[in-house]
Amino acid sequence: MKVLELNNIEKSFGDLTVLKDISLSVEKGQVISIIGPSGSGKTTLMRSAAFLETIDKGEIIYNGNKAAWMEKGKAVYQKNLKPFKSCFGFVFQQFNLFPHYSVIKNLTDAQMVVQKRSKEEAFSIAKELIEQLGLSGKENYRPSQLSGGQQQRVAIARALAVKPDILFFDEPTSALDPELTGEVLKVIRSLAEEHMTMVIVTHEMAFARDVSDHIIFMDEGFIVEEGSPDEVINNPKEERTKAFLGRFKR
Amino acid sequence: MTVQTMLLALSEGFVTTLAIFAVTIIGSMPLGIFVYFGKVSRIAPIRWIVEIYISIIRGTPLMLQLMVVYFGPNLIFGVSLPSNWRFIAVAIAFIINYAAYFAEIYRSGFEAIPKGQYEAAEVLGYTKVQRFMKIIIPQMIRNTLPSITNELITLVKDTSLASIIGTMEMFTRAKQIAVAPHTPGMWAFVAAAVFYYVFNYIVAIIMAKLEKKFQY
Ligand SMILES: Nc1ncnc2c1ncn2[C@@H]1O[C@H](COP(=O)(O)OP(=O)(O)OP(=O)(O)O)[C@@H](O)[C@H]1O
Ligand SMILES: [Mg+2]
Repeated sequence: MKVLELNNIEKSFGDLTVLKDISLSVEKGQVISIIGPSGSGKTTLMRSAAFLETIDKGEIIYNGNKAAWMEKGKAVYQKNLKPFKSCFGFVFQQFNLFPHYSVIKNLTDAQMVVQKRSKEEAFSIAKELIEQLGLSGKENYRPSQLSGGQQQRVAIARALAVKPDILFFDEPTSALDPELTGEVLKVIRSLAEEHMTMVIVTHEMAFARDVSDHIIFMDEGFIVEEGSPDEVINNPKEERTKAFLGRFKR
Repeated sequence: MTVQTMLLALSEGFVTTLAIFAVTIIGSMPLGIFVYFGKVSRIAPIRWIVEIYISIIRGTPLMLQLMVVYFGPNLIFGVSLPSNWRFIAVAIAFIINYAAYFAEIYRSGFEAIPKGQYEAAEVLGYTKVQRFMKIIIPQMIRNTLPSITNELITLVKDTSLASIIGTMEMFTRAKQIAVAPHTPGMWAFVAAAVFYYVFNYIVAIIMAKLEKKFQY
């Protein structure tokens, strides 16, 4: 079953076309990593899937339901996107936790306010995640009292708390000190083992190779090459992929 | 005049001072929000009007604004005004003046909130109203509390400007006592200074408590 389908997405900022006819689909339980040079459109693609950017052309389909489709040569959106927003969770590079909320409130507020879950249910889901992500004892801390790695784990927990079908990560470790990236990657790895459906934009090549079922290499708004980690990272066919990966070899 | 009667007269003035202070806060702090919305409105003429208003308020003395509001209706339109017009004029002038400054404070408070906060709330599915009330406003308040404290301390002192149109607040009383014969003279000003100082001290303590409460 396809959790997400993006069909023929196009997106421009003014004169600059950032996404050029991008299509990808994500099967339930699949982990897809998107790699590529800076400015290739990885973030824009993921933000488009999360409705943080408006696409110019193409289709966005969650669980078989169209959130955006083509009409008279232009993409149009479903009026009420709220049901679609419950389909995904988004983990930002900069965490974007709510600084005035404690950890537990960061994890429960949307559940109660948006998903309309009872307080008991929201708290029991949150407590389970806190345990699972190694945050026990931090329930009442404010984000500012946590390390970057802990903050990002809270952000992952917040995204998971709404029980999304798919999780998006945009360079989840890029804002972290090198010694803190490990703990966050470990959490994502364990989610992959539990077959959480995920799309991850990352510059961590070794991690992408280990954790992904499928890798997409983007450059200048195109998908240049895609396939299994072995195909794309170990045996790239395209010159641009080779050149890009060459930068990570040492 | 004894010290007791002097202090009594000053206390009466202080009640009026307090009233100006309270009315200004109650009126201008909410009005400032609307002024801010006008300033960032999508409708250009609303933005222009608000810009002009803020620029006039900031560019002219409050004392002059008080005179315009107090004498203006009679001088321009020849209308006769109610007996309590003096206090109403003070309230109007202070509220209009302080709303402009509060709007500017709110603006910087909103602008200091990172875009990521809006986006995080958006992907979680909060409605615009929920996002504003639960995520944005609390952070805006925390961002602006230090500036609001400054503004309130200025306001305590600015209340004395109402004296220019003869409002019987504390400063006017102190002046009257000081110049009248057979009074403690200079001591009236000293006593008034103590009143203002203590008032501001209390304001500062309350605001420090609030800032602590909103700290994160
Ligand atoms: N809001 C915006 N307005 C204008 N241009 C934008 C905007 N967002 C992104 N761009 C441009 O779109 C292009 C793609 O940006 P994007 O952030 O998607 O790249 P990326 O692949 O995520 O890069 P990085 O690896 O540096 O994060 C860049 O040229 C960028 O400058
Ligand atoms: Mg990016």
